[in-house]
Amino acid sequence: MMQHETQGMVVVAMSGGVDSAVAAALLAREGVPVVGITLRIWPSLRPTDPTQRFDSCCSPSAVEDARGVAEVLGIPHYVLNYEAEFDREVIQYFTRAYLNGETPNPCVPCNSRLKFGSLFTRARGWGAVRVATGHYARVEYHPASGRYRLRRAVDPRKDQSYFLYDLTQEQLATARFPVGHLTKEETRRLAGKLGLAVAEKPDSQEICFVPGDYRTYLRERVGAAILPGTIRDTAGSVRGQHQGLAFYTVGQRRGLGIGSHAPLYVIDLDPARNEVIVGEGRDLWTQEVEVGRVNLVAVARLDGPQRILAKIRYAQAAAPATAIPLAGERVRLCFDEPQRAVAPGQAAVFYDANDADLVVGGGTICRRGRISNAECGVGEGKGAHPTEI
Amino acid sequence: MRVYLDHNATTPLDPEVLAAMTPFLAEGFGNPSSLHVWGREARQALERARATIARALGTADKDTVVFTSGGTEADNLVLMGVAAAQEKRGRHVILSSVEHHAVLNAAAHLGRQGFEVTRLSVDSQGLLDPDDVRRVIRPDTVLVSLMYGNNETGVLFPIASVGRICRERGVTFHTDAVQSFGKLPLDVETLCVDLLSLSGHKTHGPKGIGALFIRRGTRMQPLLHGGAQERSRRAGTENVAAAVGLARATELSLQDQAGESRRMADLRDRLEGGVMAALPGVLRNGHPTERLPHTTNLAFAGVEAESLILALDLAGIGASSGAACSSGSLEPSHVLAAMGLPRERVLSSVRFSLGRTTTREEIEHVLEVLPPIVERMRRVNARPIPSAGARA
Repeated sequence: MMQHETQGMVVVAMSGGVDSAVAAALLAREGVPVVGITLRIWPSLRPTDPTQRFDSCCSPSAVEDARGVAEVLGIPHYVLNYEAEFDREVIQYFTRAYLNGETPNPCVPCNSRLKFGSLFTRARGWGAVRVATGHYARVEYHPASGRYRLRRAVDPRKDQSYFLYDLTQEQLATARFPVGHLTKEETRRLAGKLGLAVAEKPDSQEICFVPGDYRTYLRERVGAAILPGTIRDTAGSVRGQHQGLAFYTVGQRRGLGIGSHAPLYVIDLDPARNEVIVGEGRDLWTQEVEVGRVNLVAVARLDGPQRILAKIRYAQAAAPATAIPLAGERVRLCFDEPQRAVAPGQAAVFYDANDADLVVGGGTICRRGRISNAECGVGEGKGAHPTEI
Repeated sequence: MRVYLDHNATTPLDPEVLAAMTPFLAEGFGNPSSLHVWGREARQALERARATIARALGTADKDTVVFTSGGTEADNLVLMGVAAAQEKRGRHVILSSVEHHAVLNAAAHLGRQGFEVTRLSVDSQGLLDPDDVRRVIRPDTVLVSLMYGNNETGVLFPIASVGRICRERGVTFHTDAVQSFGKLPLDVETLCVDLLSLSGHKTHGPKGIGALFIRRGTRMQPLLHGGAQERSRRAGTENVAAAVGLARATELSLQDQAGESRRMADLRDRLEGGVMAALPGVLRNGHPTERLPHTTNLAFAGVEAESLILALDLAGIGASSGAACSSGSLEPSHVLAAMGLPRERVLSSVRFSLGRTTTREEIEHVLEVLPPIVERMRRVNARPIPSAGARA
């Protein structure tokens, strides 16, 4: 251990996986002072199942992996206790969303509020100027617009720009994604060449803090707030009982426990009445989606309807649509083709229609009450109230 | 320049201690229990070491000293050993709420076995009123265990006064003197103690060695069972080299102890005064004078201790907080919490502890480096980068 240069220092959020390990390695190779940080975010004790990796006392194997990588790279590494903050900013958001009948994207606040939020604030306190992560995305400065822009990663299968749309200009200006220019194979090859033990470590699961079925997790965390209620069909008739809104998602077909000649699907979750609304397959399709809490990235404002490509869930290709700005940081998306099982709470991320890698912005899909028959583009918005963001 | 100010965690081994130990890691490898010449030589060294430590504690009776693997074992031996030997008399134990975890958690273990544990509180400066002991002591009290100097704040407890109360009431009295040993004169008669724990590595000795003074006639059982080593009070082949090292470290700590303590206190006061002069919003935790000469615990308003310690480490300065745990446990210090300090102050408190090798130049260097770091952290915390989500 020695005294470290902090001039131009970059803090790398090291999860213990291969991507952030290689991100740290690439930065160290550039010669910039690098400090590795691992956020210990998991509940330290889950005594119910000692075989779970979540139970490995106060040092989960991920922390050890990151420590080992930092040792090989010869960079200082620290573990910060983020349990309380992670609980407040991510887990509570996650459980609240499900209790409200929404489907959350916990990675979004984890990035904008923790890694590029409070961690970056702390990092500046240590004298760092940037925060890097192992995300597959690219960030660039665009002189003509004066904007820091977010782009999809070079590797389309690994692209994570969807989870980063919520970063502000200040956050993007300080962000670095060193592996965004690599394919996953290149990343693993590099890790192997550098002798990093995590080179062949499997990719992490989607929700890092949920050990198995998210329903079990919700029952443990907020079981008392999950109340059974009525299942109705679109005509308003009672069709059965549900176990609690949190256990259902839009598009779900199984586990409804209702006999019916035509297959029934969850088409809406009504938190005000604690009701699950079911319908037939055709009721799942919608052409119009309202998006709230919009954060614009490539542009400062939307001055009117704009052609975009919108991605409404991580594992789905972006689809052509028109984005119509509404008041209050909201945008109405009018898709060229109807979309199936649009889930409120999920992120809708807008990409440029002519430059499909470029993130225009994004937001959270709102619940619309009942499926509306309003014709797309003939609503309240229609470019009349440019959103002021 | 690198500056180590975490001597309450551990201290560097004095080269003279290393020199004293080396022969017993090489040719002097014998087992003290063996009757042959190798064993005899080892035994002589071990017993010389024991006598040195006994003398340092103010007793000529070297058999009152039992070597252990360190302070934690000595403390556990006391709690478990006294409880086991005296439980027929009673199952009540008294300690303070600011004890080291070696005592607190050993007592908690006793609590799970049906013992009643009374934890005395301290005031906002970390002081303990000896009359509180008088108030809570009962006919079924079998042990009072109070630390001498606190490891986090350095605050001293009135051991001699409590010792007299315990003697009056016929209750076994233990003090954990791990942090005081080597810095303050320790005399088991003046202090009126039956049991006293100490450790080697807190005073420039080796790790893995400690000792327990056991007054003759104290009723306690061993923790480790096996051979008849240490007069059957602690089984296991003795760590001769470490015991020799502990004895040498003890001798070195006694050379001009008063002068060295004054020197450290001066440097500590210079550090405190310099930091407080350079920065607003710095508060001292613990009593200003009733404390060990080498420890200071400072709260930096508006700064997270964990983050400050990290920044100091990057700048080559080693400090710590009561919350220290390598895996990042951020349990607020139980010591500062027990003093009734607000949680925010507890979480912004950093401990600096000096040692024999600490120099004036080092302290002046810290006074140059630390204030700008704290100022930068306060500046940044006052103006965090807003996230989009934060708008909602």
